[in-house]
Amino acid sequence: MARRVTIDRVSFHYGSGAVLEDVSVEIEPGEFFALLGPSGSGKTTLLRLIAGFGAPSSGAIQVDGRDVTALPPWQRNVGMVFQSYALWPHMSVARNVAFGLERRGFARADIARKVEAALDLVGLGAFAARYPAQLSGGQQQRVALARTLVIEPDVLLLDEPLSNLDARLRVDMRGELKNLQRKLGITTVYVTHDQEEANAVADRIAVLDRGRIQQVGRPVELYDRPATRFVANFLGTVNLIEGRIENGRFVAGEFTLDGIDGAAGPACLSIRPQNISLGAGPATAAATVSSREFLGSITRYRLRAGLHDIVVDVPHRPDRADHAVGAEVSLFVDPRHVTVLR
Amino acid sequence: MAAISRAVARVPLLVGYNASPAQVAALGFIALFLVAFLIVPILRVILVAFTDPDGTFTLVHFGDFLRTALLREAFWNSIYVGVMTVALASLIAVPLAAILARYRFRGAALIHTLGVIPLVMPPFVGAVAMQLVWGRNGSVNLLLLDGLGIRIPFMEGLNGVIFVEALHYFPFILLNLSASLASIDSAMEESAQNLGAHGFGLFSRIVFPLALPGYVAGAALVFVKVFDDLATPLLLNVTNMLAPQAYLKITSVGITDRMGYVISVIMVCCSLGAMALAALVLKGRDFATQQRGGGGLARRRLSRTGTIVAAVFVVLTLAVVLSPHIGILLLSFATVWSFAVLPDGFTLAHYATVLREAGPLIANTVLYCGLAGLIDVVLGAILAYIVLRTRLPGRRLVEHVAMSAVAIPGLVLGLGLLRTYYDVPLPNGEPLATFWLMLVIAYAVRRLPYALSAAGAALQQLHVSLEEAAENLGAGKFRVLARIVVPLMTGGLAAGFVTSFATAAVELSATLVLVARNADAPLSYGIYVYMQSAAGRGPGAALGVIAVVVVAIATFIAYRFTERGRGRAAREAF
Repeated sequence: MARRVTIDRVSFHYGSGAVLEDVSVEIEPGEFFALLGPSGSGKTTLLRLIAGFGAPSSGAIQVDGRDVTALPPWQRNVGMVFQSYALWPHMSVARNVAFGLERRGFARADIARKVEAALDLVGLGAFAARYPAQLSGGQQQRVALARTLVIEPDVLLLDEPLSNLDARLRVDMRGELKNLQRKLGITTVYVTHDQEEANAVADRIAVLDRGRIQQVGRPVELYDRPATRFVANFLGTVNLIEGRIENGRFVAGEFTLDGIDGAAGPACLSIRPQNISLGAGPATAAATVSSREFLGSITRYRLRAGLHDIVVDVPHRPDRADHAVGAEVSLFVDPRHVTVLR
Repeated sequence: MAAISRAVARVPLLVGYNASPAQVAALGFIALFLVAFLIVPILRVILVAFTDPDGTFTLVHFGDFLRTALLREAFWNSIYVGVMTVALASLIAVPLAAILARYRFRGAALIHTLGVIPLVMPPFVGAVAMQLVWGRNGSVNLLLLDGLGIRIPFMEGLNGVIFVEALHYFPFILLNLSASLASIDSAMEESAQNLGAHGFGLFSRIVFPLALPGYVAGAALVFVKVFDDLATPLLLNVTNMLAPQAYLKITSVGITDRMGYVISVIMVCCSLGAMALAALVLKGRDFATQQRGGGGLARRRLSRTGTIVAAVFVVLTLAVVLSPHIGILLLSFATVWSFAVLPDGFTLAHYATVLREAGPLIANTVLYCGLAGLIDVVLGAILAYIVLRTRLPGRRLVEHVAMSAVAIPGLVLGLGLLRTYYDVPLPNGEPLATFWLMLVIAYAVRRLPYALSAAGAALQQLHVSLEEAAENLGAGKFRVLARIVVPLMTGGLAAGFVTSFATAAVELSATLVLVARNADAPLSYGIYVYMQSAAGRGPGAALGVIAVVVVAIATFIAYRFTERGRGRAAREAF
């Protein structure tokens, strides 16, 4: 039975500074939900508050409508996988996994069965007798996951679970995590600072900056329709062009784009580099190529258009000729592919 | 290329070991030093214990030991005192460490102070004062008798030794346990809470096992130190323990008496046994390096009642721990102090006496301990460098031998040096063994482990790339050492020097065995001699106060150097 997690106007102050400010978010039952933000944005603090490590200065946290704000961590049945895994070095893998079951007073035979099942679930059935120091980073991570899942928590909290793994393993593990979560249907909150990771695993993402939620939505929504400059920037490379809207037209010096709706006044266009094309003839703007990087699947150009520096990604094809540095080019932008920020 | 191949041809063996001929020579010299002044003397003691005067192997001396009721009693008494001291020291240290690690407590600074105060005064200095404060007719019992009509035998027989030693050595447990607790990643505890554990279950299953290595290391050290201490039982008139028995045999019968050697061998076995037991318990339990986070447990605020209980405990402990210090201070100013809560009157006469007579004692201490500290720092730094930066075969063995000096009782080393070098005459005909330089060597050998660890720790924080960068910019090995390594290690080396100096200044076990004439005696010996007569107690106490001040200043300097080294290392890490 998957649970709903409600964060209701939670603030958290530490000393005189606010780590979280009026955070509200609703996490649906069975959802894989990511908290995404740079370090210091408050995402781990929020996760720890859900687990019961610290109490919010104001606001409430509910699990399926039950207010857990005042409960100590050991009464919440909210499973957390720590960034450092926090496997106890003096206990074997099996003892680590059995710990939460022993606390819950399960019979010995039940514990043995459940531990075995949990270790099989993460593919470590053969490692029960090993000690944490005898495992690789990836294996330790799986043990930490098994140790948390075995108690069948109402909610699964993952604190940057992949940050200690090497790049290749990280990609494999995030796929496995996603599959496991789908299989178990457990409501999951996942903290990360890596937007690619969040995009890959999460059903929805909340982007945090300086203790405030900037935007909540599906990964594609956040990418295509960012609500703030911060979100636009944080979820990949973007061109932010500051200018004005006048009579359905966006103007920023040399750079003009027709077909932009919205009230007249100052505005900012958010355009992803792959949504700009290069060519010759009448265009949004004329520009000069100031540098060129070949990145494999794309070639990334940096262009100078009047006062604006603009990044354009062009898919690489063997038959397509590159634009040389110093060449004059024209930019084309489809108004349907831009987002207006105020 | 040509230059390289020529260099390789010149020292073909050394290239694979990343070492220069000078380093090979230095390692050889240190090995020789340890063989001559640690291994041979100890082997000599063992050899004498197992042979007849004509040189044939025999176990008869050990049979004699077992047949002598007094010696059997001494053996069990030593074990009893060692174990009980560990127990009493734990009763003091464990709650203090727990309060420090677990709670936000205003008195934390007080506990830190508690952790160093005892270390600045050797137990034998405090022993006499402890008699006056806690003894049968001491201040506390007189007050108890007056108020409640009871007496508590704090200082009777072995109780006194246990009490004095526990008050002196509990910081070893406090410091080690605190370090262990501080290295526990807070996520270790939080993950257990997250899985449903709290309270005692959390403590017994997670926190205690993770802190155990620190506790065991501290407890083993306390046991070894207590086993080794000769002067405290002697000053408390307790002779039915191993160290006093060995000493009495050697001083009353002579250095040819086999029983002194047999007792020495048994003492070494017990010390090494305790260390080995600790190592066995600690095997595979170096948890500090297996945890990623560190930074200690999350600290909680104490409840009002909790704060009061903790404060009362800390203040009471502080009062008890300070009692020898206060006692010795009072005694040093006392005209007469007997059968009274406080001295009858106060005088500066003892200090006057001491200032008249103690000049040579202080000068000897500064000379001996300064030289010993210097030897330790030089040998320790060179050995640490060779161990960490080269792959010379045997370097680990030399390191282990050097470190093993910790477990060798001073009395045994002193006896071994005396026996080994008694037959080696100096040009003036005097035996090398009774020349004052032997004291310096005994101090240096016994304190080398401190300097070696300090140098090793300093060098470990100094990343090898700092040296490689200098080499890359064209500096030769020697220039790298002089310009990069030594300057960056200064803090660690200075801390090592001061630690060696301060602990040697109050060492008495080897000193008692090796001092041949009064003119050669250092400060610790002087205090001991004064303290033995009732009339000498005042001046002895005054001398003790001077020693405490000297050691306190040295300890403070060592602390500052260590902190500076740490600060620098931390800055480099970023």
